[in-house]
Amino acid sequence: MARVTAGVGCSHVPAIGAAMDTGITQEPYWKPIFEGFKKSREWMKDQKPDVIFLVYNDHCTAFDASCIPTFALGCAAEFKPADEGWGPRPVPVVKNHQKLASHIAQSLILDEFDLTIMNEMEVDHGLTVPLSVMYGDVGQDEDWPALVIPLCVNVVQYPPPTGNRCYNLGKAVRRAIDTFDEDLNVMIFGTGGMSHQLQYKRAGLINKEWDTKFLDLMTKDPVAASQITHLEYLRETGSEGIEMVMWLIMRGALDEDVTEIYRHYHVPASNTAVGHIILENKV
Amino acid sequence: MADKEYDDIPGTFVFDADRSREGYNLNQFCISLRLQVNRDAFNADENAYLDAYPMTAEQREAVVKRDWNLLLELGGNIYYTAKFAANEGINFQNLAGKMTGMGVEAYREMMLNGGRPIDGNRTKSEWKED
Repeated sequence: MARVTAGVGCSHVPAIGAAMDTGITQEPYWKPIFEGFKKSREWMKDQKPDVIFLVYNDHCTAFDASCIPTFALGCAAEFKPADEGWGPRPVPVVKNHQKLASHIAQSLILDEFDLTIMNEMEVDHGLTVPLSVMYGDVGQDEDWPALVIPLCVNVVQYPPPTGNRCYNLGKAVRRAIDTFDEDLNVMIFGTGGMSHQLQYKRAGLINKEWDTKFLDLMTKDPVAASQITHLEYLRETGSEGIEMVMWLIMRGALDEDVTEIYRHYHVPASNTAVGHIILENKV
Repeated sequence: MADKEYDDIPGTFVFDADRSREGYNLNQFCISLRLQVNRDAFNADENAYLDAYPMTAEQREAVVKRDWNLLLELGGNIYYTAKFAANEGINFQNLAGKMTGMGVEAYREMMLNGGRPIDGNRTKSEWKED
């Protein structure tokens, strides 16, 4: 049977991808960010996931203002990296485990999570940057080492789904994966955040104390994390910090009791606090 | 309309359904610039290009003036206006430098020093704003 072994929380700042794509990761500004993923890359090599269920948000790339699905599951055979205005990232096409994706879609809908199903979709930095930081440089002509099932969550137009809804969706994703009859090592990524505000006069807001508490709750008390209100995210972590609801889908798909393997936190990457955590289910 | 619970966060627009409705044509113009073919058309003949997007006169003037804060005040969303800014050669961080009125260098320096602190930046009363 397929089994969920671990979860990864990770920011998806576009400038981090750009730093890798332009080969400036050793510059003093970027070095501490990438040093913090060294251990994670070794861990990925040891774990060798077959499939990554990757929760992220589309940044007006696949969806503009004309269509705003709250949850959209990628069921296409593959997903090309999109041109976000400066050319597509030079990274591999993302390949799906289509059979597992459609099993999850069916299971979630019967479990009363009414998803949008995407049979064609391009993916933006929200999906490719987490793969890049966790795997390191992978050439455009190579393959990503794992198959990837994308789940897009609307966090651009308020309101995003609540943290509680995301946490429960994660549990439903877990039930779906647990009932898939193929021997697969599946990881869940929850991406975005941490504290950041990109817009208007309060841009640049960072709340390290809050972010640290959130990382602690990811490990020890996900139910408490799932009850954080939208107003608290907006006020305490900046208007774009509300992306962190997506980490709760990841957390919901793990056991209640997990082992924290690693964490990394750094300010700044562009306008953002970079946060990262690795959680494993206990065997 | 009833006050919204997030309206007392200073220096922030929450892009809700009301703002999305108000800014729809403006945002659709901005996102069209994601594609090179559209950037070429816009850069070649700005007025003709803007005619295809039925935004308000005020919104159109904010576009013409590259008034980044006014674009947000009139229903623009940062992920959309950032595509417009990118066409002007302005990245996210430098756009923030402009929107905050700090300037690019001072903003970058603030971020290197840990960012804008939360204390004093939670409510409009702390900013002495209504």
